[in-house]
Amino acid sequence: MPGLGASFGRGGATNFLEDLANSDCIVIEGSNMAECHPVGFQWVGEAKARGAKVIHIDPRFTRTSAIADLHVPLRIGTDIAFLGGLINYVLSNDLYFEEYVAAYTNAAALVREDFVDSEDLDGLFSGFDPETRTYDESSWQYETEEPPESAADDPAEAAEQRELDDDPSVRHSDQAQAAGSGGPPIPGKPKRDETLQHPRSVFQILKRHYARYTPEMVAEVCGIEPAVFEQVAQWVTDNSNRDRTTAWVYSVGWTQHSVGAQYIRTCSILQTLLGNIGRPGGGILALRGHASIQGSTDIPTLFNILPGYLPMPHALQHGSLEEYVADAAGKAGFWGNKRAYMTNLLKAWWGDAATAENDFAFDYLPKINGDHSSYRTIADMIEGKVSGYFLVGENPAVGHPNGRMNRFGLANLDWLVVRDLQLIESATFWKESPEIETGELAPETIGTEVFFMPAATHVEKDGTFTQTQRLLQWRDKAVEPPADARSDLWFFFHLGRILRARLADSTDPRDRPLLDLTWDYPLHGETQDPSADAVLREINGTGPDGRALSSYMQMKDDGSTSGGCWIYCGVYADEVNQAARRKPAKEQGAVASEWGWAWPLNRRMLYNRASADPDGRPWSERKKYVWWDEAAGEWTGLDTPDFEKHKRPDYVPPEGARAQDALAGTDPFVMQGDGKAWLFAPAGVVDGPLPTHYEPVESVAENALYKQQANPTVERIPGPWNRENPSMSEVFPFQVTTYRLTEHHTAGAMSRTLPYLSELQPEFFVEVSPELAELRGLTNGEFATLVSARTAIEAKVLVTERIRPIRLRGGQVVHQIGMPYHWSYSGLSTGDTANDLLGISLDPNTHIQEDKVSTADIVPGRRPRGPGLIDFVEEYRKRAGVQSGRVGLNGRDPVDADAGQGSKL
Amino acid sequence: MPGVKTWLESWPVYRQLTGSDPLGRGKAARSKATEATVSRTATADRVVKSVCPYCAVGCAQNVYVKDEKVVQIEGDPDSPISRGRLCPKGSASKQLVTSPSRVTTVKYRRPHGTEWEDLELDTAMEMIADRVLEARRKGWQDTDAEGRKLGRTMGIASLGGAALDNEENYLMKKLYSALGAVQIENQARI
Repeated sequence: MPGLGASFGRGGATNFLEDLANSDCIVIEGSNMAECHPVGFQWVGEAKARGAKVIHIDPRFTRTSAIADLHVPLRIGTDIAFLGGLINYVLSNDLYFEEYVAAYTNAAALVREDFVDSEDLDGLFSGFDPETRTYDESSWQYETEEPPESAADDPAEAAEQRELDDDPSVRHSDQAQAAGSGGPPIPGKPKRDETLQHPRSVFQILKRHYARYTPEMVAEVCGIEPAVFEQVAQWVTDNSNRDRTTAWVYSVGWTQHSVGAQYIRTCSILQTLLGNIGRPGGGILALRGHASIQGSTDIPTLFNILPGYLPMPHALQHGSLEEYVADAAGKAGFWGNKRAYMTNLLKAWWGDAATAENDFAFDYLPKINGDHSSYRTIADMIEGKVSGYFLVGENPAVGHPNGRMNRFGLANLDWLVVRDLQLIESATFWKESPEIETGELAPETIGTEVFFMPAATHVEKDGTFTQTQRLLQWRDKAVEPPADARSDLWFFFHLGRILRARLADSTDPRDRPLLDLTWDYPLHGETQDPSADAVLREINGTGPDGRALSSYMQMKDDGSTSGGCWIYCGVYADEVNQAARRKPAKEQGAVASEWGWAWPLNRRMLYNRASADPDGRPWSERKKYVWWDEAAGEWTGLDTPDFEKHKRPDYVPPEGARAQDALAGTDPFVMQGDGKAWLFAPAGVVDGPLPTHYEPVESVAENALYKQQANPTVERIPGPWNRENPSMSEVFPFQVTTYRLTEHHTAGAMSRTLPYLSELQPEFFVEVSPELAELRGLTNGEFATLVSARTAIEAKVLVTERIRPIRLRGGQVVHQIGMPYHWSYSGLSTGDTANDLLGISLDPNTHIQEDKVSTADIVPGRRPRGPGLIDFVEEYRKRAGVQSGRVGLNGRDPVDADAGQGSKL
Repeated sequence: MPGVKTWLESWPVYRQLTGSDPLGRGKAARSKATEATVSRTATADRVVKSVCPYCAVGCAQNVYVKDEKVVQIEGDPDSPISRGRLCPKGSASKQLVTSPSRVTTVKYRRPHGTEWEDLELDTAMEMIADRVLEARRKGWQDTDAEGRKLGRTMGIASLGGAALDNEENYLMKKLYSALGAVQIENQARI
């Protein structure tokens, strides 16, 4: 998400699935759309039937490749080199959309004099601190028109915020994600050189940065022949202009890398240069993998953000509401209204207890001061630092990389609450996990108290999912959940009710936030189920008259309005649950604006002001979408304009204008502080303002472009339970990638337990090429054992030409292994857990793990059972020069082990 | 002998040879049992509008309910996104509800226990509330080492949300924040 957020201002798919039908060329990269989003893939089929070219770039040949006009196998983990090659092709052949680039991007902006590019520092940018392995980003900033921060309400405070941004404890707390809606705040508008010739202009910096990403370099790094590269480049550029548009589609094949956010940034740069953002049939479509993964970041259960991508207050920076808004208040763009959005959230949560006098109870919010993300927390659990853990529809023992480490975490809790439909592995680890077999865990030594609380299915509760194109769709409850099964809404409402009752007489100030919380939702039926509809209305927000707000533009910062998630404001406009609208597709236009509700303000295509030229006229008749109607004095078109309706195209902000008023009529990227799409990111991405090719953390190849082998800022969680395979090691000579199958869903709890799906896809297998099978003596249909520094697992072998060895320019042959990750020991269809093989190293922007690429060895036959497995893997570690992976009791550090010990707290 | 005729006519090959369907791909292949079969969707008491819970395409579903049980789930042709289609997972989603291995009562495993035990739902809720308050107290931090305010607990963590409703995530984040819990995460990070 920071990839899209830092480029365009919002961390959501820019276009929508149905709009793919309008594409002239579709590139699917980092996604097996046909198998993982099968029903969405019909729109690719639709485009193809209308004559579009379809290109699939993926290490494996899949059903997506089978439909494509061209399948390009590339070496796993080299997408930045490939996309960088395309950027270089576009720039050196003058194939960019000149007027679009000049008007709508930051190409003309000047960057500070002390900025040094990674081309000149062999893979590092200026500002790198080798000790903390973080960047001081100040040299990446724009050279500003006015003194920096002078436009802010409180310039001194804003300057201090920026200073603190570079503190490692702030860098590690993942503030980039707050750019999910509202690009990263910048100190001021940049100086510009409209001729794009200034050597410090973004355009010239970009040109120099990618100059070495030639077709030959792409061949050397990615293993793609220059002729194939040329074909892709031609189709993409031929279909990107006034009359034609190209769309890019990605999924977790991009995000799950140590440079995941930068993959998406590279694509954003390319699509911006080609003028494909905010136009029909263009855009970047992020395909999310879960029913409401977009929703769960919009209204986040994430440590670093609050609803609407407001950052979680940081102890170092945000002692008061004043300090909290200082970096944005008063500045250009919609971030300028940060105070209003935050005040409304505080009013929604603490009602009458939130007043102007007490900073609207800002102090009630807990503060973060570092990385409190999922994997860090697991490591803390192993050390006994965490008492209790709630798992709500998630199965880390199988779904997270390095299952063994995760299970050790669970084994060192005081208590664990699992809310699910089935007895998942994360609930039964204490008696059935693989570590019971190896003797590393035993029920008698595990002190974790486990509560399994049965959950309701999707048809047993009301509520909204936010799907992949930011669309909220309401579900009606069909039946009551059986026996003790309850919705999560029920569980958390009633837990809160009980806790509040327990503390009702408390005088401890620490309990005020809980006791002052607005917690009175209407209850329905025998089970006293809280009303999801009332919660949605609270999320939408209400005005001084108590009526539902219809737009976040109505939100005030004086406490007179309240709303729990500003970007969802409008979902309950006119007191109607807009997400429940189901006007049949046949009764409305192609944009289908009356089916569900999309954030923001039911805009289906983001940045659609860019579908018109600077004067407000469509770029072409064929690609008209939203345009300026001079007679009516407003923007109009097929969709809700993602722009102020009455702001003229020739509007120029007057001196001293603030927030949205400081953006011109030609600034389509309304969430950005300068209104532009960012080719160069002066803020918001912690590992570099421009994407640079680094090898994966575990790679079999040397970085052909820089001395710096892997992302210098990658985050690691070292411990005996998370050993890393050394790169270019003969002991772990093959690349591994993980993926999904159509018939299964992530960690398998929702598919391995279903008879139909288990029958369709009954057992764990790995895909290898005939060449690798020959090399290692593997037989189709027989077992093989895969080994890493974490553990060894076994799977049936599928020998197939769908996976090809990649020949690099230097003559090196890279063998790649494909591994679906759905299995474990429970359910109707069982197998070893693929994720157990993987280690955890993280993208520093997102704390997302690199599990799309790792290394391993593969040998014929089944793995050792019992304690023999530990010795087998330890032998591999020794040979590879990796530290021991042996652990003490319950996975504790060997010296710390103490029988039966629970939390140290 | 009408009995023999009836018996003969129950034999598809006989119907194929004597009737108007010599290829046996239509009427001749239909038995009495076939004729009497009515689809579950036709006899449902009501149809409820829903959305598939697997990937994020968000295919619209029609949920068919009879006698307060889900009897069938079909794609909703009205949806502009899915146009009535469902993939294998979406088509199998009725089994999420009816799966024979689904657990619908509370299970409890005591520290160092070797087997599951049963618990009443209300008892479990009270026990969890006890533990939340205790863990919150144990992990509480008023300030950091430099005296800056934290006002939080590191004793409680949570994971999950990508399969939940927005309303559920909202209440979770609201309650956890009021409790001072910050290690709140979900699949979006994974």
